Amino acid sequence: MAFHLTANPIDLAECRRAVEDRSAGGFVSFEGWVRDHNDGRPVRALEYEAYAALAEREGARILDEACARFGAARVAAVHRTGHLVVGDLAVWVGVSAAHRDAAFAACRYVIDEVKRRVPIWKREHYADGAAEWVNASAPPPPASSSAPASAAPSPPRDDA
Amino acid sequence: MEPPVALEKQVHLQHFAVVRAARGRAEETVTTAAQSPRALFAELGLAAHGGLDPSWLRVAINDAFCGWDDGLRDGDRVVFIAPVSGG
Repeated sequence: MAFHLTANPIDLAECRRAVEDRSAGGFVSFEGWVRDHNDGRPVRALEYEAYAALAEREGARILDEACARFGAARVAAVHRTGHLVVGDLAVWVGVSAAHRDAAFAACRYVIDEVKRRVPIWKREHYADGAAEWVNASAPPPPASSSAPASAAPSPPRDDA
Repeated sequence: MEPPVALEKQVHLQHFAVVRAARGRAEETVTTAAQSPRALFAELGLAAHGGLDPSWLRVAINDAFCGWDDGLRDGDRVVFIAPVSGG
């Protein structure tokens, strides 16, 4: 199971090939896009920064967890770093599984845990020229009940 | 039996996002007597000058999450991890 960071545009065809499996009867993917607003402020761009060594390690752990919990055949995820503009693809998660229930559940689990645990940070650039790190000015809310015991941080706001 | 922790050690720090902004640099090497990430965090003055609070940050040593009161050793690489916001 592979979790990758990339500074280049995400190749969806390549991503999809990574989860092809002859035992799978279903495939679910999630795409996180850069939208043009957040919390009522017009957004013109995002900048993603990652602690690469730990991000890839923790990301791979999440994918392994998804396979073990939901019985997925293959799971993969790719997250962008660097400067992105509105409409760009920021994150992709793909899951193949024998049946759709497992594929949907595993895909949801992966994106939720990536947003909660993987050391990647997002800086929003607003239309008025200001820029701010997201989630940086206040402690995050309490941890979700679905989190594994080893995962300390709590979920960020649901902004994808 | 764990080897004893040296009194003075060199620790390499890498900073990201708000921690980098607070510290004003992406990386640094410090000589410290701090025995734990918590003590190092205090020594660097990140709470006072950066408005950061260990209760809502995590910490990693040598690219693995660790506890705030784990031991620091000479040559360790430390990262203070602000709340993440990927996705």
